[in-house]
Amino acid sequence: MRPEQQLPEIVEGAALGPIPVHLTRESMVRYAGASGDFNPIHYRDDVARAAGLPGVLAHGMLTMGVAVGPLVDWLAGGDPGRVLDYGVRFTRPVVVDPELGADLQVVVRVTGLDADTIRASLEVSFDGRSVLGAAKAVVRR
Amino acid sequence: MQSSLVGKVYGPTEPYLVGREKIREFARAVLAQAPLSLDPVAAQAAGYADVVAPPTFAVLIAQRAEALFLFDPEAGVDFAHLVHGSERFSQERPIVAGDSLRATTTVSRIRSLGRATMIETTTEVVTEHAEPVSTVRASFVIEEARSDAA
Repeated sequence: MRPEQQLPEIVEGAALGPIPVHLTRESMVRYAGASGDFNPIHYRDDVARAAGLPGVLAHGMLTMGVAVGPLVDWLAGGDPGRVLDYGVRFTRPVVVDPELGADLQVVVRVTGLDADTIRASLEVSFDGRSVLGAAKAVVRR
Repeated sequence: MQSSLVGKVYGPTEPYLVGREKIREFARAVLAQAPLSLDPVAAQAAGYADVVAPPTFAVLIAQRAEALFLFDPEAGVDFAHLVHGSERFSQERPIVAGDSLRATTTVSRIRSLGRATMIETTTEVVTEHAEPVSTVRASFVIEEARSDAA
């Protein structure tokens, strides 16, 4: 649970956030080790530039992974086992500055409720622009 | 890329034993705060055998089978121009420390987007006893090398 957040009631249209998520180069090194994704575009500026990128990018899967945390805490009562379905499209890269890192904003919104499930959308932005498309989850009630 | 690859199956991979510390390490890496992913006592109090994996953890197992496809010489994937397009996890049951899991990837679709090719894969993650755990759908976009590139 996030003690600083007063969790809203779970009703259709209810939203949590924007919740700030700060990523640094260390976040990416940590995620690379934890996930086994050692693609050097996530930690070597020279390789990222050679690939035509503006700089080192966060793993899309890191962005996807951090974005769902507030949803687990709010809509799944802290139980990741209740997240039945979670999908995203990676629409825009998150460039992580070596000194400043990158600041994401996450909004979780309830889009539907039925007897068994909660449907939700996630809006994840960086520099005021969305970085994930069609980010949706289904949670068991 | 040849559309004849559609339907080709890679795997199953060798069993991957999900460790408690791996789940905790992954949970910290994605800044998860859920005690059920971090604290075995909290997980057991909630009825789980051990810590519960965060929603995207299945990627660790799925990518082992996806890699068999991505490194298949017949596929000839150009890694320098490969971009992850999308990812989706559909969970049959939660992954918990102690699970032993295998993955099998099927190439589900290949389509041309002009100067790029989109590849979709479907990976089934199952227990050693073939019980379904998670379906992981991924798409990758491979840009054609530009002749005007420096």
